[in-house]
Amino acid sequence: MKLERPDARGRFGEFGGRFAPETLMPALDELEKAFESAWSDQAFRNELDRLLRDFVGRPTPIFEAERLSARLGVRILLKREDLAHTGAHKINNALGQALLAQRMGKPRIIAETGAGQHGVATATAAALLGLECEVFMGEKDIERQALNVYRMEMLGTKVTAVTSGAGTLKDAVNEAMRDWVGTVENTHYVIGSVVGPHPFPWMVREFQRIIGDESLEQLGDQLPDVVVACVGGGSNAIGMFYPFAGLGVELVGVEAAGEGISTGRHGASLTEGSPGIIHGTRTFLLQDSDGQVQEAHSISAGLDYPGVGPEHAYFQELGLARYVSITDEESLTGVRLLAQTEGIIPALESAHAIAWIEKAAAELAGKTVLVNLSGRGDKDVQQIAEVMR
Amino acid sequence: MSAERLSSMFAATRERDGTALLPFMTAGLPDPGHAVEMFEAMAAAGADGFEVGIPYSDPLMDGPTIQEGGARALAAGVGLAEGLEIAGRVVARTGLPVLVMTYANVVAQAGPDEFARRAADHGISGVIVADLPLEEAGFIKDAVERAGLGMVLFAAPTTTDARLRLIVDADPAFIYGVAEVGVTGERIEASSRAAELARRVRALTRTPLVMGVGISTPAHASAIAGTADGVIVGSALVRRVLEATSPKEAANSLSEAVAAFRAVL
Repeated sequence: MKLERPDARGRFGEFGGRFAPETLMPALDELEKAFESAWSDQAFRNELDRLLRDFVGRPTPIFEAERLSARLGVRILLKREDLAHTGAHKINNALGQALLAQRMGKPRIIAETGAGQHGVATATAAALLGLECEVFMGEKDIERQALNVYRMEMLGTKVTAVTSGAGTLKDAVNEAMRDWVGTVENTHYVIGSVVGPHPFPWMVREFQRIIGDESLEQLGDQLPDVVVACVGGGSNAIGMFYPFAGLGVELVGVEAAGEGISTGRHGASLTEGSPGIIHGTRTFLLQDSDGQVQEAHSISAGLDYPGVGPEHAYFQELGLARYVSITDEESLTGVRLLAQTEGIIPALESAHAIAWIEKAAAELAGKTVLVNLSGRGDKDVQQIAEVMR
Repeated sequence: MSAERLSSMFAATRERDGTALLPFMTAGLPDPGHAVEMFEAMAAAGADGFEVGIPYSDPLMDGPTIQEGGARALAAGVGLAEGLEIAGRVVARTGLPVLVMTYANVVAQAGPDEFARRAADHGISGVIVADLPLEEAGFIKDAVERAGLGMVLFAAPTTTDARLRLIVDADPAFIYGVAEVGVTGERIEASSRAAELARRVRALTRTPLVMGVGISTPAHASAIAGTADGVIVGSALVRRVLEATSPKEAANSLSEAVAAFRAVL
């Protein structure tokens, strides 16, 4: 059964927890208390709801993709998180955490970013609330997501290039954590996914569950047969899945198969990884027999992560959701398919979910599938053009 | 048992009213073939014991110097087996107490009991896990102690009094006092937070207290000397090895640095 919240040690079953340097532990305790208090405070909820409505543009619509449905023989509904301000679901969490930072009296926020969407969302929330902001981004991602770097800088955020490791999301998380170890007394770390030490996976899920809660309200008693979302760290997926779990709807998370599972160059931590500890939490990850974390590979910077949120590990173990994977190449087909049938260019991340529907169309024939279209693809156009060339 | 080497070291240090000097060095630097020589040079220059780093791919408590040291060691093929092997040879060659420092996933994948048994077989005295706070320490601490080794727990300037009490009650082999609010790495100024942390620990317990993180110069160490049982110097030494153009130069440089620290402790 899904858990309303993890246990006192921050565990979802055997996953989760708080494997953090001692320096951060008091801040994690403080954060847990502050979130609990804010989340049960109607004034805080009202303020967040107001910003989500008037600033972000929520509720995001559900759009019936008729031409795509006809093409695949599957009734496809799109939850349009790509229409949220800044172009992805990331703003739901960034705004919630930035408001919380303000409530805790922390004048500075930091974040990691892969595709840049969480960085842009955090920079946006910081500008809105008058907080100082610094975003850590792997140098490889800075290259492939240059547009988002300019956006963050325009919003007044300092973007710091991370050169350690492969220069991708995992390394950006390391660097943000290191900054936080040194600045924790005046800084809040706005982690971008349902990863990290407790209370982050739970708190970020609570900020993202609006995706699923809203969808349920919009659909009324017309539940879909299947709900699909892409999974990197897993915040858009858990935000969509959590409210649907236990309602008899099949939940499918789509990980990055990168260049193909058999090549070893992928980001499929749930289906190909094993349990271990990464970035403060016990979950599934890509690692060698010595416990060294392996580099993930995906065309999509947002799915290029060797770990995954601990609640997904728990969902997989309990069979509350199943997890599949889609290659880089298939995801590019997904981009074109949605663009040319519906006039919507999806983010490469979200295109993994679209591509899975196409791949599984025979199995899904005649069913209704709700897809979390977690982000728009403008940021990826240049990269896609280069790959296609 | 090997943990006794560590407790004897603290007893002897208190006896002479001094401060133990515990250099940190990543296993396998400057290269696996010359790793043990680095420790021998530091032992000859007056080190009282060692913290041997088992490299980990994602060391989020470490600054750039120790990150680079770890990355270089990993690239040279130093994993858990090689790291323990080097640490064991350091014990055999120097007779000094040796602790291994790593991250939780390295221990978790080996299996805590298996990890502890192998460490004990190599004569290791204690275990330090940088991302293992008290709340999660149990599964490793129990295994380490069952194998007759000491488990180290951290206290930081941010640690509240209530937490500090729990850490003391868990009875670690020593308390690693985090001298700076921040990751490992050299600092220009001596820590402004170390003395207060040491005072708070001392007010609660006689458990040995060893300060580390940011202790970069003999002057920094000297400022802390009176307040703790020992000091750990890491990045300032790892940097010397990374910068050296030959193993011999690295050993000489370490010898010189350790002697300078020794002189003020």
